[in-house]
Amino acid sequence: MQVLLTRLRALLGIVLLLTPPLAGAQLSIEITGAGAPRMPIAIASFPGEEALGPGVTSIVRADLERSGLFRGLEVPPLSPAPTEASSVNYAEWRSRLADALVLGSVAARPDGRYEVRFRLYDVVKQASLGGIAYTLSKEQVRATAHRIADFVYEKLTGEKGVFSTRIAYVVKRGNRFELQIADADGAGEEAALVSFEPIISPAWSPDGRKLAYVSFENKKPVVYVHSLLDGKRNVVANFRGSNSAPAWSPDGSKLAVTLSREGGSQIFLLNADGSNLRRLTSSAAIDTEPRFSGDGQWIYFTSDRGGTPQIYRMPVAGGEPQRVTFEGSYNVTPRLSPDGKTLAYITLNEGKFQVALLDLSNRQVQIITDSDRDESPSFAPNGRMILLATVIDGRGVLSAVSSDGRVKQRLSVTAGDVREPAWGPFIE
Amino acid sequence: MRLAIVATLAAAAVAAGCATAPGEQAPASVEERAAKPPAAVETKPIARVDLTSKPAAASPLKDPNNILSRRSIFYDFDKFDIKDEFRPLVEAHGKYLRENPGAKMLIQGNADERGSREYNIGLGQRRSDSVKRALTLLGAKDNQIESVSLGEEKPVCTEHAEECWAKNRRSDMLYGGEY
Repeated sequence: MQVLLTRLRALLGIVLLLTPPLAGAQLSIEITGAGAPRMPIAIASFPGEEALGPGVTSIVRADLERSGLFRGLEVPPLSPAPTEASSVNYAEWRSRLADALVLGSVAARPDGRYEVRFRLYDVVKQASLGGIAYTLSKEQVRATAHRIADFVYEKLTGEKGVFSTRIAYVVKRGNRFELQIADADGAGEEAALVSFEPIISPAWSPDGRKLAYVSFENKKPVVYVHSLLDGKRNVVANFRGSNSAPAWSPDGSKLAVTLSREGGSQIFLLNADGSNLRRLTSSAAIDTEPRFSGDGQWIYFTSDRGGTPQIYRMPVAGGEPQRVTFEGSYNVTPRLSPDGKTLAYITLNEGKFQVALLDLSNRQVQIITDSDRDESPSFAPNGRMILLATVIDGRGVLSAVSSDGRVKQRLSVTAGDVREPAWGPFIE
Repeated sequence: MRLAIVATLAAAAVAAGCATAPGEQAPASVEERAAKPPAAVETKPIARVDLTSKPAAASPLKDPNNILSRRSIFYDFDKFDIKDEFRPLVEAHGKYLRENPGAKMLIQGNADERGSREYNIGLGQRRSDSVKRALTLLGAKDNQIESVSLGEEKPVCTEHAEECWAKNRRSDMLYGGEY
């Protein structure tokens, strides 16, 4: 018996090994912790949606659940299947414990395209919260589902949803480095750049069309701006020495970078086309990891001018830097929240590199992760979640944590080390 | 011509070998052994120079017996000063650059994996800058040397332990044509 079991296990192991990796080896997301009260929402299957391939409603439900703010209710097949045009039996949905309800339908159009209509209801208030109709091709199913989820999220929370945004990250597979772009849910991964040399520090332009990053393809760090639509790459900083840490100004016209051309690592400003270089910091220390404030008036950066690496800020127009972090001996990688009220950064806390949040109004610091090798925190454009890189079982993975620390997710990729995440902006 | 020089050198060597230091004169021998023939004069072998056995004009930079073939300087945690054990190495490269003004060097500074990737580029830069400074003080020209940083991105050792980290806290000196 024991032998049989062992054999069975061995056989299963082999079967698993023989199973080819998923096409595109895309990120899969696992929610590892959820916030307290989540709003129960019922999303009934849209009649006709099977014609579109991947289920629209299942993508909407997964998006909303991933936010940690919603709980998708099981909805058994109903007859007749309700649509956005049906009159809603609120009492029945209330008895299913739904606070909110989404009904819709999918119809094929004569031109080969499809039409998706939906409507969102507040079951408690017994009121329609509005709806939209989209026409789409079969390839746009995921994008359409993310837009529906964004609509629902915004109506029910009062904040913009980020399901239609994209993320960038770097995957190291063997000796290859891939700069990948994916939907915020990790699906639809596409490589913008593949190289045998490291790629780090991707930064989205404010319009979401370009990425600035550091590539080591010339045996030293050089800053590029890469246009995602046509793959055109411009060298914007390739001075003598090292060129790194690009950050966009909020209007997309300027970049802050770290250069060693005048000795040491110092922060410079230049136009996004690489022209008009001028030095910003002037110290004998390492000054790096610049980030603009949302109003474009300040640069936050890492500096070890006080003996240990800490976060400082200084006016973009020039002036005396002010120290921002004081607790601890290692505080690096400043990232401002979109509303400018909170600073996320990496702190060394009892031997662990973790994500800390500093409330800039009351100076309170909160550590929001429990992993130990966190890097590169990146706010979602609505400020709700923070994407970061960490290491689990010796492998680089992406993780997301809500800015209150309550919801945690892990995004892992098959057969690869994932690092350097950057959450893209809202796309209009 | 070469033979003549070699022969002269050999003769000089023989003479030097026979000479005795003053005050250390060998005592005169009192016993004569007529039965033994006088020992044959031994000629020193000619020093042979063979240019066929190794590539002509081998670069001292590639000669494993030459200190110049060593290119790496290692550092303590969070340090960028050149430790005493690496001084002769830096001095040898400084002399080579001074004597070969056409030679170019790229110094790549590296850091271990702990902490921020960008801050680690700063730490690696500090290391390569310090090697460049030492070399220029030894007479190398500024425009012969570019110091850059690879941060933690190109580890030679990938275990997550101090033994490995020590190997990755490093500056590498590369000459033109090697990068």
